[in-house]
Amino acid sequence: MDMQIYYNARLIDPVNLTDEIGGCVVQAGKILAIGKHIDANYATDGIKIDVEGHILAPGLVDMRVFLQGVGNQTLKNIGKTAVAGGVTSLLSMPNSDPVIEDIALVEYINGRSKAISGINLHVSAAITKKLEGLELAEIGLLKKAGAIAFTDGRKGIQNSLLFRRLLDYSTCHDALIIHDVEDQSLAGDGVMNEGLFASRLGLPSKPKIAETIMLDRDLSLVAFTGARYHVAQISCAESVASVRRAKNDHVKITAGVSINNLTLNEFDIGEYRSFLHLEPPLRSEQDRLAMVEGIKNGDIDVIVSSHDPQDADGKRHPFADSAVGAVGLETTLSAALRLYHNEEISLPALWRVLSYNPAQILGLDVGCLHIGKAADFIIVDPNYSWKVERSALFSKHTNTPFENRVLQGKVLATYVDGQQVFKLEM
Amino acid sequence: MKNFEDMMNPHFTQKHLLGIEGLKEANITALLNLAEEKIEQSRQDIKKTDSLKGRTLINLFFESSTRTQASFELAGKRLGADVMNMAVAHSSVKKGETLIDTAATLNAMRPDVLVIRHSAAGAVELLAQKVNCAVINAGDGRHEHPTQALLDALTIRRNKGRIARLTVAICGDILHSRVARSNIILLNIMGARVRLIAPPTLLPAGAAEMGCEVYHDMKQGLKGVDIVMMLRLQTERMQGAFIPSTREYYHFYGLDEEKLNYANDDALVMHPGPMNRGVEIDSVVADSARSLIREQVEMGVAVRMAVLEALSNNWLSSAKEAK
Repeated sequence: MDMQIYYNARLIDPVNLTDEIGGCVVQAGKILAIGKHIDANYATDGIKIDVEGHILAPGLVDMRVFLQGVGNQTLKNIGKTAVAGGVTSLLSMPNSDPVIEDIALVEYINGRSKAISGINLHVSAAITKKLEGLELAEIGLLKKAGAIAFTDGRKGIQNSLLFRRLLDYSTCHDALIIHDVEDQSLAGDGVMNEGLFASRLGLPSKPKIAETIMLDRDLSLVAFTGARYHVAQISCAESVASVRRAKNDHVKITAGVSINNLTLNEFDIGEYRSFLHLEPPLRSEQDRLAMVEGIKNGDIDVIVSSHDPQDADGKRHPFADSAVGAVGLETTLSAALRLYHNEEISLPALWRVLSYNPAQILGLDVGCLHIGKAADFIIVDPNYSWKVERSALFSKHTNTPFENRVLQGKVLATYVDGQQVFKLEM
Repeated sequence: MKNFEDMMNPHFTQKHLLGIEGLKEANITALLNLAEEKIEQSRQDIKKTDSLKGRTLINLFFESSTRTQASFELAGKRLGADVMNMAVAHSSVKKGETLIDTAATLNAMRPDVLVIRHSAAGAVELLAQKVNCAVINAGDGRHEHPTQALLDALTIRRNKGRIARLTVAICGDILHSRVARSNIILLNIMGARVRLIAPPTLLPAGAAEMGCEVYHDMKQGLKGVDIVMMLRLQTERMQGAFIPSTREYYHFYGLDEEKLNYANDDALVMHPGPMNRGVEIDSVVADSARSLIREQVEMGVAVRMAVLEALSNNWLSSAKEAK
């Protein structure tokens, strides 16, 4: 196949933190050359594409995507949804039906996911059998089968002894443990952040300490065991402080935040909008600002979409009874660009938490566009404004918390291995 | 520095055998030398002598055992002792008698040697303080099982000609194993290099400070090893808590031919029994020419005969001195 030369592009490099006009040469699915020296006159042959000054940056790596199943239709829809949001690699959560905890299932998904979804769909497997938090799952065999991380997804391991053994055991397989931190006994049946607003709405609520107590326990256990650990999503200022403290103490951990906790707060729930029934719950504006600050100063390593499709029926209930979770693959980048527009973060720094860091944590050879790497990239117009309309989303389920909001910034095209897999219909 | 006299004339002067801890190289060598004689004795048509004639040996097993108890019983009988088995697990202890009361009762029966197994670490030592006879620890909790370590040492010495400078890998559930503890101590005393190979969940804290190299990977850990000692996995209490499944355990820690090939070409395989075939050890390996597992059982009787005789004689001479 011919060489493709993308020129007049705003190149975002999350490794060297540069943002400059230049170009990128792709051949046989790989980056052949990239930099400001590449322009329309770079070579005499090849296909030349004028990027018109738009952003050309690595495709996003999303570490937290829930699948509703592992059938072809599901994988196909996830792929279409992902590329529309600029996501070229993702990590699926094991909380599917069936639970991903079986060697044959991991091999089955890995063997066909790229062909069907068109993206790099990686699998995480359960850390406890049936996600029950009672018995260790077959981490060693599952890793051999191709699971690249281990997590119980939405569930935290409540039993500290089990979690300690699990971390201990994971070290001999160098397995990455991704953990959702919430102490169930403290969280109870809470459905939103504990505070005045919850009291006004009359909704059962959960306190921030339900998160911080388990996070602090985890951080102590990680320091003790030396396991590879990533806290899936933190949501309050106290958690950012705990993560910062651990990092200052040279405990090797990484932390994520969901796009929802980064861009929304509890007031967005408004009149019991069940699409904002999320886990962790939306917190106060002060907490949200702490998340932004955490992203800026490197305490938080990753932004995830926490894409969790729920069918309309599940959301058509009173707030407390409604299904938890929101879709996010198609809106994460646009919502995150708000930080850039507010001049809170540079584009390279934003791509660091959206592509490079997650790839590094997962041990994937993607997330930056250096020579020889796979040509997984996206073209983005950061100023394109669009209204989030559910009918226009690719996702089969459209429980988006950004419904009818106007976001600024949109993926114009997505490429995986140099092949265009998405183009925005203008 | 080693005592020259000890080397030339090793002797075992202890009044009890409560553990390997505290023994010296000379003590162990003396017992192994004596055991060599007992092997010869056991291989005769007439296996019985009268060196313990008139003495009473009581097997006091608070924890059920078939192999060890039978081995001690046979050892005592071959030396001409009167052997009595007390399965305490089903007797007065169940009725609420304390360990000290049991000791007083036993004292009244005037035994010469007590062989004790108990599920609590330190219980055998406690009894030894309260009875007027020689006590042999046949296993106390996760603490020690000294005669097992001695029989393993005898097996190694007979097959390799020495123990010093050999590299011995102890693999599997080290955390719950008294056999592993006694072997680690003995092998270190005798100058062997000891490796522990297990998943982190099955290693005791401070394993590296016990004079061992610690590995989590069988293939790495077995490189250059002369002796591979497998341990029994107590499958009933393991699954889910310490390891995910016996299937995963076998894959990563079960000794099969492929893994054994990483050890030295002349490496030999041991197991204290009873084995879980297909969990910690593959049948092909367990039954191969490199397996010493059956020989270990024979050595067990010989070592126990040696220990019984040595302790009885030590008590006899100390009684004479007292007069």
